[in-house]
Amino acid sequence: MDIPSPAIALQGVHKRYGDFALRDVDLVVPTGQIMGLIGVNGAGKSTLLRLLIGLIRADGGSVEVLGQRLPEAQVAVKRSIGYASDDMRLYRGQTLRWHMDFVARIYPDWDEAYAQQLLTRFDLRAQQKLGGYSHGQRVKALLLLIFARHPRLLLLDEPTTGLDPVARGEVLDALAEVLRDEERSVLFSSHNTADVEQLADGITFLHRGAIVASSDKEHFLDRWRRVLCHGTAGPALASLPGIAAVRESAPLIELKTDAFDEALPERLRAIGLQIQSIEPMTLEDIFVTTVRQGASR
Amino acid sequence: MTDLLVLSNQSPTPMYAQIVEQVLAKIMSGEWPPGHPLPSIRDLAARSRVSVITIKRAYLELEHAGVIVTQQGKGSFVADRPDASRAVLMDEFRAQLSALAATARTLRLDTDEVLRLVDAALSEPEDT
Repeated sequence: MDIPSPAIALQGVHKRYGDFALRDVDLVVPTGQIMGLIGVNGAGKSTLLRLLIGLIRADGGSVEVLGQRLPEAQVAVKRSIGYASDDMRLYRGQTLRWHMDFVARIYPDWDEAYAQQLLTRFDLRAQQKLGGYSHGQRVKALLLLIFARHPRLLLLDEPTTGLDPVARGEVLDALAEVLRDEERSVLFSSHNTADVEQLADGITFLHRGAIVASSDKEHFLDRWRRVLCHGTAGPALASLPGIAAVRESAPLIELKTDAFDEALPERLRAIGLQIQSIEPMTLEDIFVTTVRQGASR
Repeated sequence: MTDLLVLSNQSPTPMYAQIVEQVLAKIMSGEWPPGHPLPSIRDLAARSRVSVITIKRAYLELEHAGVIVTQQGKGSFVADRPDASRAVLMDEFRAQLSALAATARTLRLDTDEVLRLVDAALSEPEDT
């Protein structure tokens, strides 16, 4: 049986922009997956997405999208990609209907029935000129124009940023619908870990132009734990593997580990600590801890 | 829309564990009898707004515990083993008991006190 090529495969990708650089980026998004790309502003999320749509060219390394090499196959691949970012402009003087007809003429896969469903779901009026739309309505209009083409790969740059909670929910619902089709893949960036935590199969943390962690979400959440102990932190604690953060507030010690397994509690007891509680961590906490850990190395 | 799970990302229980719990509850209550088909992974993910990988993991755990069976290309079904669901919930109950025992030790409660409190909790009316 053929192994299907992943939706996205980056290997050793470099891109320098003045002071900023994407460094040695390796990233694989299997077909049918939703990958969440998390990073603070300026981490390089938008640069990474622009590389994938061929808007910019890597200085080095290989970029493969839907089994084809970029930038060579850029024209062929672009038809199958839906890309949305804040810097995309719609015509303010034209209605959403005008935009829908425009996209439908270019893309033969345009699904008018689905577009109508999305109009209702997003609570948008097709006959209104986009100049009169709020920011949230413009974001939803752009997503409608993309989703209704059924692209095989969605590249969404901060799709929920700046949306009110209701609009955010509508956009996440529409994104969840994409999950039904196992041939379709999504890479979406966000600095909001809650959005990513809910829908993503895979999680990638990007910080200062480098990938600091990337794995499937369940694995991620399984390996990280916050452990609260009674006792004092001696040198033995520092030598335990996988301790990402330690905070002391006598008589308590809080540990965060990215290598939790069944043996860890026993190891902690062996160095004289009494375990009070072991809790899973939110993705936000994991992200912040990972970034801080990187900064202190 | 039926068969939809009610999941919360605010809950301290991990998402996959909430799915396991709710599927078990449906089986134990008889709403999903043996042989009942489970929703497909992608359908359930889309309807509950949860990652595909999270649903897959929950289904795998249920499968390992013998609660459901998965037939290649056909999907998953409630297994003809009513004891399996019970066994999973008993394990869960034992895990909660050991957590309770740990807190009791921190509080230096003696066995009689713990038993008295457990007894009182058991005699509380349901839904409180």
